[in-house]
Amino acid sequence: MRNHFILSNARLIDPELDKEFDGALEIKDGLIYKFHKVTPNLNIKNINCQGKYLAPGIIDIGVKICEPGERHKESFKTAGQAAAAGGVTTMVTRADTIPTVDTPEILSFMLKRASEATPVNISPMACLTKGRNGREMVEMSFLMDSGAVAFSDGDHVLTDIKVFIRALTYAKSLNALVIAHPQEPTLSKGATSTSGKFASLRGLPAVSAMAERIGLERDLAVVEMTGASYHADQISTASSLPALIKAKKLGLDVTAGISIHHLTLNELDVGDYKTFFKVKPPLRSEQDRELMVDAIKSGVIDIICSMHTPQDEESKRLPFETAASGAVGLETLLPAALRLYHSNGISLNLLWKALSLTPARRLGLPGGTLKKGAPADLIIFDPKLPFILDRETLKSKSKNTPFDGQRMQGRVLKTFVAGEEIYSS
Amino acid sequence: MTFRSKHLLGIEYLNPDEITSILDKADQYVELNRSNIKHSEVLSGLTQINMFFENSTRTQASFELAGKRLGADVMNMAMEASSLKKGETLIDTALTLNAMHPDLLVVRHPNSGAVNLLAEKVNCAVLNAGDGIHEHPTQALLDALTIRRAKGRLHRLSIAICGDILHSRVARSNILLLGKMENRIRLIGPKTLMPAGISDFGVEVFDDLREGLKDVDVVMMLRLQKERMDGGFVPSEREYYHRFGLDKNKLSYAKKDVIVMHPGPMNRGVEIDGTLADDINHSVIQEQVEVGVAVRMAAMELLINARHPERSAGTI
Repeated sequence: MRNHFILSNARLIDPELDKEFDGALEIKDGLIYKFHKVTPNLNIKNINCQGKYLAPGIIDIGVKICEPGERHKESFKTAGQAAAAGGVTTMVTRADTIPTVDTPEILSFMLKRASEATPVNISPMACLTKGRNGREMVEMSFLMDSGAVAFSDGDHVLTDIKVFIRALTYAKSLNALVIAHPQEPTLSKGATSTSGKFASLRGLPAVSAMAERIGLERDLAVVEMTGASYHADQISTASSLPALIKAKKLGLDVTAGISIHHLTLNELDVGDYKTFFKVKPPLRSEQDRELMVDAIKSGVIDIICSMHTPQDEESKRLPFETAASGAVGLETLLPAALRLYHSNGISLNLLWKALSLTPARRLGLPGGTLKKGAPADLIIFDPKLPFILDRETLKSKSKNTPFDGQRMQGRVLKTFVAGEEIYSS
Repeated sequence: MTFRSKHLLGIEYLNPDEITSILDKADQYVELNRSNIKHSEVLSGLTQINMFFENSTRTQASFELAGKRLGADVMNMAMEASSLKKGETLIDTALTLNAMHPDLLVVRHPNSGAVNLLAEKVNCAVLNAGDGIHEHPTQALLDALTIRRAKGRLHRLSIAICGDILHSRVARSNILLLGKMENRIRLIGPKTLMPAGISDFGVEVFDDLREGLKDVDVVMMLRLQKERMDGGFVPSEREYYHRFGLDKNKLSYAKKDVIVMHPGPMNRGVEIDGTLADDINHSVIQEQVEVGVAVRMAAMELLINARHPERSAGTI
């Protein structure tokens, strides 16, 4: 029978059961069919995992594909190859393309392109407002019918609160998830760094970490008012946490994410104006980074993402202030996240909750679990395998990674989407 | 050899020995510049290009004169008028100039760190003539030499820097330099013009000029740009002058032999009283300009010697 095989001799991670255990997984018709404690003698293909880890694939919220509009930076094809190599089986794509994804027609076109170009699952976000201009809301219902899993204007903050309230009220009526970038834009305009000693010494325009909290508190007040489902794309400073904790205690439908860069790097990594470390929001202090790791442990922050943002050489080879923001992350998300496992005492189960299970549940997707009937979106990986990252070996069209030349530990060996092997190292 | 740096990008990258060797060399050049024949052949045969992406009269003239007095071929490029307007990137401009084989590149740029970026791409010595609000190392060095000549030493002095610290690259370079030479630094100005994290700089911060000036040996006034006095950072020019403008009365809180410095250009009546600026008992503002040329001569010579040790024989 086609697409019927067994992944044997594996160490399984199932974040839903909150357990690690040994065994084998039988895959049939693109779905997880059965767990076997002892590998049965079936007359089907047997892939021996050789004791390595087998886990649900990563679901990465906030991937910028750059298609349409900037295919020279990244295409569905190259992003898909990068995702497969990085163990990402679902890319939740951003709508801040050129043009923006704000009509069902563009969304359908995009999904058609994606399905031709990559086997990796694409779950698209659509804009919250037309052209991300913060004035008129998009056709949310039509867009959901076309496949939109969430609505987000990306890093454009909706400044007209009246529009924001109406958009969230409307989204609530459709049970749609809104993803926002908490930030007070009058403070963050033009800023490239977090204000403090380092930015002051470097003479870089900086924004106070407080701007994130001000933006978040405003958003949460609107969430309280409208009852909408809200996800903060990146929470990166400790000053935001009390508001988040309070909102969750109140029972608001609120979750928060963080990029892997804010969990593993700090503002000092910018050094002498290294533009590959320019991201949005800017890297924070080491103290903030540590507290964000704690927030992952305590569950205050729910989701870890790569915030994959390809930029070509030309847009990075500029003075820090004028260089573009963002870093590619699909291929480095897992090895960087494993730093938290190796050095910060975060268990693989907890890591997989934040990388796979919680994103799936938040977006209403079927992955993130090893239970029977779930899609066979799986990865085999070795958390110990050491390597030195060479950015030229990245499959992304853009090579703007902050991890170039760094020692990393942990690599994907095989990636499966719907039971098809799409990557093998 | 105590001076090993390949570029002069900022005070941050210099150690105290290197700072002292520049100042010692510059002292010699002050004498040369006061003599009848103000010329040496130390840089003869070498090419110096001044690239100013931001307007400058004083600094550019000072660098030009420094190069010419050392016998270099000096070319000035007003970058605002050139290819940047046609969309060329900073790096391409640098590579184009690099192909002309300059030996010294003097750069001023409105973006912090732009000079560092440029220095990575060219194979000659790069001197930072001011980048954004990052550093202005030759200004700090000439300030240091002025202090050393007036006070006889450059350590254990109490030095106040007053005004718009937030937007001042001169202040940053001076804080770094004076700190490395083990002086007590006081920053005085309105809280709105202090950089974030200032308390971690190893300085004392005051927002009262009289209190801050108490018993200091040196007062450095900074220029406050007019466009920053329209209510955004301080309410008005007159309120600023009332609280932070330096006059005879406020200066009387400092030591009797205090010296008054200003990097120029001055706003008389805004940050400093006009007669005080000209008071030869305290003001060393003209000396700063004078030793500025000598400091730039010294820095350029030492950079060239660090790159071409064979040239260093026979210099003064």
